[in-house]
Amino acid sequence: MVTFSKIEQLKSVATEIRVNTLKSLAEAGSGHTGGSLGLADIFTALYFYVLNHDPKNPKWEDRDRLVLSIGHVAPVFYATLAEAGYFDKSELMTLRKLGSRLQGHPGREHGLPGIELSAGSLGQGLSVAVGMALAAKADKKQHRIFCVNGDGELQEGSVWEAIMSAGHYQLDNLISIVDRNRVQIDGPTSEVMGLEPLKEKFESFGWEVMECEGNNMEHILRTFALATKTLAKPTVILAETTMGKGVAEIEGDYRWHGKPPKKDQLESFINQVKNAAS
Amino acid sequence: MKKWTNKGDKPTRHGFGEGVLEAAKINSSVVGLGVDITGSVSMNFFADAFPERFYSMGVAEQNAVGVASGLALSGKTPVFSTYGVFSALRDADQVRISICYNNVHVVVGGAHAGISVGPDGATHQALEDIAVMRTLPHMKVISPCDAYQAKEATIYAINELDGPVYVRFGREKVPNFMDENYPFEFGKAQVLTEGSDITFFSTGHMTWEALQASEILKNENIGARVVNIHTIKPIDKAAIIKAASETRAVLTVEEHQINGGFGSAVAEVLAENQPTWLKRIGMPDTFGESGQPRELMEKYGLVGANIAQKAREILSRLK
Ligand SMILES: [Mg+2]
Repeated sequence: MVTFSKIEQLKSVATEIRVNTLKSLAEAGSGHTGGSLGLADIFTALYFYVLNHDPKNPKWEDRDRLVLSIGHVAPVFYATLAEAGYFDKSELMTLRKLGSRLQGHPGREHGLPGIELSAGSLGQGLSVAVGMALAAKADKKQHRIFCVNGDGELQEGSVWEAIMSAGHYQLDNLISIVDRNRVQIDGPTSEVMGLEPLKEKFESFGWEVMECEGNNMEHILRTFALATKTLAKPTVILAETTMGKGVAEIEGDYRWHGKPPKKDQLESFINQVKNAAS
Repeated sequence: MKKWTNKGDKPTRHGFGEGVLEAAKINSSVVGLGVDITGSVSMNFFADAFPERFYSMGVAEQNAVGVASGLALSGKTPVFSTYGVFSALRDADQVRISICYNNVHVVVGGAHAGISVGPDGATHQALEDIAVMRTLPHMKVISPCDAYQAKEATIYAINELDGPVYVRFGREKVPNFMDENYPFEFGKAQVLTEGSDITFFSTGHMTWEALQASEILKNENIGARVVNIHTIKPIDKAAIIKAASETRAVLTVEEHQINGGFGSAVAEVLAENQPTWLKRIGMPDTFGESGQPRELMEKYGLVGANIAQKAREILSRLK
């Protein structure tokens, strides 16, 4: 059972991650704010509660793997890794700059610790996660593979190939988290290309489906606890999040998918994040 | 100079399949992925011997590439093989990002290379795969000339190389002429015949045809040097420059589009280092079609007699 004080502590970590995400984006002058803020609670839960990992030993063989398929939310991923101790937080301010280890979309060859996969071309990460899950099964390893997917990303046909294969191989060591914020670059997912009935789609491909309030820490933790108990099939968590969560004036606004706060907006955005948390 | 003889026809895909099996016998990390044409690309040799290390992925090539990447990132040595039209073209983005950008050791097979695929026609004849694969950072491209070399090269690609590798091979039975005196050395071109008039740089099945052309020309007192280039990337620049500097003209011969492929790779080396009279033989920016393999090779000017004729033409212009 997760204690009240643990949940409060995780919420304050999420606030810190949001603030650093905004700072790095404002400094970079480009990047994806909406999805990054929306996923801050999920990333906090993963790296500060769920994942079995060691920031001082990022290549530890038995670590849980986090595959970020939607590479464009790199800002919240980096802010989380820094908060967890993979590298110094000051490096966040190099995001997207020449020579930085913090590429616009995660790239392993630039040397940042904690990146399992170079990704950013949508529709590929879940396939890689399936490969990691198959390898773990073959080697009788106990670690799990988590994959963060977007809802717009589910429009890529290759994702459904991956979903089909995970069901076929009954990969109960695989958990996908779908950032179900119901928006994408061109607008609401229901208008751009409808996804519903999403739960039934996953179920018909042999997955266990869990729905979760993706910006509610207590609910997130409870859902992950259940997800790790699934047997003989993969699990997807449809995490209902709000794009831009924490900054009241941009919440739910799809136009914030791919732009950063301006430098003169930063202080106000940070204040909104802090007010939302208190 | 050695006279090259056919020891018996054999498809290069069988050489590939035997290579995967041999590599897997001594390397327990080798795993295989099949996409419903497992037998057709000779992955069945491996799958039958090591069923627990073989993953059937269905008719879903894009996913299979990502799965291969995930297996490689977990310490496995995946071999993923399908027709080159799929592994290099349908999967281009997955190969580019999940394999090459991650620089993982995955051996990608490109089967049914070239027009000699025959009756299946244009959809199944890989004629653009070299062009795509050789432009991807970290990717290495191997195009063996016969089944013997395909086996050697495949074992080497799996057990000795690192990072992404593309191995290209064909469908039809073709002459098997290589032997242990000409071992596969990654990145090293092989001079198969000497000659000082013209050089034939050839790859894949076309090397046998280039040898036939050099035999034809020998009777006319034209010395054609045949250089087999089984490693298209990294390409053996020194060998190309040397042969070009010692002969009067160059012909490149490939079962692939002349644009962007093997001939272009040779031309790039020579244009920058040793400007030389050069002609490319291959598919002239056109799709293939149905027909018997030999008929198609003749129609598109890819048999020994065609190569010899091209050589006469280019040499007569230099007189
Ligand atoms: Mg979305």
